[in-house]
Amino acid sequence: MADIRLEGVGHSYDGGRTWALKPMTWTWRSGRAYALLGPSGCGKTTLLNIISGLLTPTTGRIWFDDREVTTVPTAGRDIAQVFQFPVLYEEMSVYDNLAFPLRNRKYPKAEVDRRVRRVSGMLGLDDHLRRRSRRLDPGRQQIVSLGRGLVRSGVAAVLLDEPLTVVDPAMKWTLRSTLKEIHRDTGHTFIYVTHDQTEALTFADEVVVVKDGEIVQAGEPTELFLSPAHEFVGHFIGSPGMNVLPAEILDGLVRVGRAAVGRAVGDLPAGPVRIGIRPEFAVLDSAGSTPGVAGRVTGVDRMGSYDLVHVLVNGHDEPPPAERDGPPPTERTTGRTTGRTTGRSDQDGNAGHPLVVKTEAGSRFEPGDAGFVRFAADRAFLFRDAVRCGTVAPLNGRGEE
Amino acid sequence: MALILDGVRLRRRGEIWLDDISLELSSGMTMLVGPMSAGKTTLMRVVAGLLPPDAGRITVNGTDVTSVSVRKRSVAFVYQQFINYPSLSVYENIASPLRLARDLPRAGIDRRVREVAELMGIGDLLGRRPAELSGGQQQRTAIARALARPVDVLLLDEPLANLDFKLREQLRADLRSMFQGSSSVVLYSTADPAEALTFAAPTVVLGEGRVRHVGEVAEMYARPPTLAVAAALSDPPLNLLPGVVRAGRVECLGTSFPAPPAHPPAHSPAQDDPAQDGPAQDVVLAVRPHHVTIGGGGPGTLAFPAEIRLAEVTGSATFLHLLLAGRLHLVAQLPGTQLFVPGESTTAFVDPAHLFVFDENGGRLLAASAVSAVSTASTAEVDLHG
Amino acid sequence: MTDQITDATDGGAAAPRDEPDRRADAKPRNNRAWLLVLPVVVSVTFTALIPLMTVVNYSVQDIFSPNDRIFVGLEWFRAVTRDPEIRAAFLRTLLFSAQVLLIEIPLGVAIAVAMPRRGFWVSVALVVVALPLLIPWNVVGTIWQIFARADIGLGGWTINHVLGIDFNYTLDSTDAWLTVLIMDVWHWTPLVALLAYAALRSIPDPYFQAAQIDGASAWATFRRIQLPRLRGVLTIAILLRFMDSFMIYTEPFVVTGGGPGNATSFLSVLLSKIAVGQFDLGPAGAFSLLYFLIVQIVSYVFFTVLTRTGR
Repeated sequence: MADIRLEGVGHSYDGGRTWALKPMTWTWRSGRAYALLGPSGCGKTTLLNIISGLLTPTTGRIWFDDREVTTVPTAGRDIAQVFQFPVLYEEMSVYDNLAFPLRNRKYPKAEVDRRVRRVSGMLGLDDHLRRRSRRLDPGRQQIVSLGRGLVRSGVAAVLLDEPLTVVDPAMKWTLRSTLKEIHRDTGHTFIYVTHDQTEALTFADEVVVVKDGEIVQAGEPTELFLSPAHEFVGHFIGSPGMNVLPAEILDGLVRVGRAAVGRAVGDLPAGPVRIGIRPEFAVLDSAGSTPGVAGRVTGVDRMGSYDLVHVLVNGHDEPPPAERDGPPPTERTTGRTTGRTTGRSDQDGNAGHPLVVKTEAGSRFEPGDAGFVRFAADRAFLFRDAVRCGTVAPLNGRGEE
Repeated sequence: MALILDGVRLRRRGEIWLDDISLELSSGMTMLVGPMSAGKTTLMRVVAGLLPPDAGRITVNGTDVTSVSVRKRSVAFVYQQFINYPSLSVYENIASPLRLARDLPRAGIDRRVREVAELMGIGDLLGRRPAELSGGQQQRTAIARALARPVDVLLLDEPLANLDFKLREQLRADLRSMFQGSSSVVLYSTADPAEALTFAAPTVVLGEGRVRHVGEVAEMYARPPTLAVAAALSDPPLNLLPGVVRAGRVECLGTSFPAPPAHPPAHSPAQDDPAQDGPAQDVVLAVRPHHVTIGGGGPGTLAFPAEIRLAEVTGSATFLHLLLAGRLHLVAQLPGTQLFVPGESTTAFVDPAHLFVFDENGGRLLAASAVSAVSTASTAEVDLHG
Repeated sequence: MTDQITDATDGGAAAPRDEPDRRADAKPRNNRAWLLVLPVVVSVTFTALIPLMTVVNYSVQDIFSPNDRIFVGLEWFRAVTRDPEIRAAFLRTLLFSAQVLLIEIPLGVAIAVAMPRRGFWVSVALVVVALPLLIPWNVVGTIWQIFARADIGLGGWTINHVLGIDFNYTLDSTDAWLTVLIMDVWHWTPLVALLAYAALRSIPDPYFQAAQIDGASAWATFRRIQLPRLRGVLTIAILLRFMDSFMIYTEPFVVTGGGPGNATSFLSVLLSKIAVGQFDLGPAGAFSLLYFLIVQIVSYVFFTVLTRTGR
């Protein structure tokens, strides 16, 4: 067990023209469960392979505590790695699979047996030890792959590269909590690579969000969810992601169109900003409330345990008129903006911004209904150039229109 | 447009792949929902004509197509893997079915390709090769190709399964608006409950090669006729608890509540109605994780002493894994961030109104008290362990 | 089968799990596929079936001239199986095939494992390895006939004058044998290597990465990851190399002509001598049929054993 320290580590597959992983300095603290979250092609697997030593970084140095391992081959790093698809020695039994890394390292026979049995007990594989590994279901195969990493002593870190890709949706829940329990019981450092925000948030103590080869934000799941520092984090974490609307700061007030939604907190010059609000923290009322942004319901997704109400807001005091003909505008009608932010005429009544509000199941709203969207205090954030620049505070009875 | 399957069976290597599938699908979208290896892909391949069924008939618009070769059927198929012609540009990929059909002039092909590409949001990528596209764009190309020619039957086999979570979320919304009101029969399979619910379309639940149920997905979610249907539409998975119906009460882990009226109303066999007095009957109780709460149960709420095993915090919700009576696993989905210490004791509350009561092998919904007992939805006899 | 079209239930009471296969109900298939097979049937008839029947015809007759022949039954088969020269040639051929397999299969696999998996050197390695396969068989024979000559051949001269070993394949039977064997190894090991390489290339990278992490030695990686994936192609390679080496003709004919003495008189060389040289069509026919049968049986045994061991 060790802290894994990356010092200016970066990687380029084309001799330095483009960085798959931009040089970064970062420490993975011993014993924590990390999730490395990002879209495909963002460099997260590259980062993982650099830690395990399957890839030597173009630049930078890697330390396991105070031992430099930049040039140490994989076998010398005591890393356990689970890949997207189960990697098994198919001809061998589960027992032999688990024993394989120990036999390669010439452990005495009794010690091999003791360790294999301890790990199989921990992973619930006791009943399967004698079976050929290829006859197991994909979920168990992944557990065996993981077990091969855990049997060794002095495992520095367990790396998981989208380990639940081949697993049934229902099985994912079970397997993920099994992984989390294994983390708790072994105390190893876990680094879990995924594009699935649910997996990342439920599994990790700390989520590291990666985009275009860079770490955008890292923090506890709650922190990333409640307080995204970047529009991308707001979008990528949470399902559905954060709503982002064009807004404007004027006289210390944040306005969406003409409607003031709160006071701008932070040393912010007047001008256009974008306001981010999670569907969970946007409240839809039918009565005109202040502060609130008028809108019209364009659709309701009944998701079983909750509803998603799609609202088109226009920043007027009055909701946009209901459509007379044709389908209601969908999320794709973005491009256009209204209000003073762009100086567009206010008569452009039908244009607006789509916004999703998450409500309890059984929402009484139906498409075509008018409503007012309020933004929960302290849960709306302001962004400039996609980076957070401030928050929104309640109006305190000031500046109402 | 109508697609009718009548008693379709398929057996391979001694295993039943499809078992007496009878379905009647009309224009527009139908969801095919089921876990892995439920037979979704097999059924789609049979409908496409890629696999000849051992028995049964498939008719499209009244024409028997069972023995018609796949080339002569008016079908399009979108696979889970993003399958495009790697050497052709996006434009040529989309144009290929039109060129093969030879029923459109050159200008017509061009117009149609641009139209479909625009619809799928890849209008600006027409010159690229598939290898230069992201996964989402590749799958959009594959779907655009399937849409290029009007077909009787459009089959989409878990088209979003291989995409990133966020791309899936986005493409889901796009596809829904695209297929609503389609004049083709669109059959869309998924293993993802959220996807099934989003499309809010007529839904076929498949399991172990059989049709478990057919109906509207919201109705199925609210009143699952069998445990298999309830499980196929629950994410996170259902919590299951053993129970006994005795003397008009449902007993479960040392607590009990009055047995709700039977659902559907029992006709003749008295033992089917748990409210009736009769011999004790073993039942399975199912509750969705978001209906389990911690602390503060109202009157009539069931209380279960529990040990905390694990808490997963996502920001929007906390998933609390509990152990009841030292052996039963129960997951509670609580709103927001809540902190718990593993190993400590707590009490889980469940409102009986949110409990589904199934017969002992999960075959039939006996009662769901939150739900009015009036329904004509037919149920299927299903052997869960078969 | 039910006539009614139900949309909700599957009539579970019928419990069709144990029902027999309902193939009888299946609709008629598209029978036009048979038309596609027709050209093959015709060509096989003319190239294989009719010649084979001619041979069968010869094998049961004593032919003095095209118009003068008598039926002798199984007489030629009896004579052929008792002929000491043919028996000796049979054992010689069997030994040769065994040596070919023992050398070429492991060597081919070893070359495949050693070939690079990606990068510039892949194409270089492929061209170099495939080179011998591109040369016509009789040219291979001619090349080696000259190469191995003790007086003017580069190989033969080097062995004699640099290594100081007395080597002459036209006089010494061991030398002749070795020459033919090495020539076959040089010519055909690349086939095994290419087949094995194709199979190895299909193994996903994570398998090798996992082996590295598990601290597996090169041998353990080969034994546990690569070899299991090679079973399929090795079955094909062994069959091909057995059949081919058991019927080897051109190379010994060109290089040694079957000599010195009978040292490289393999079955095929002997057969052609009987059939073409002596024009004994009856014994040659019987000989051919037995030869054909042996190849079939041994191939079948190989195939069965190799495919069963994987289960």
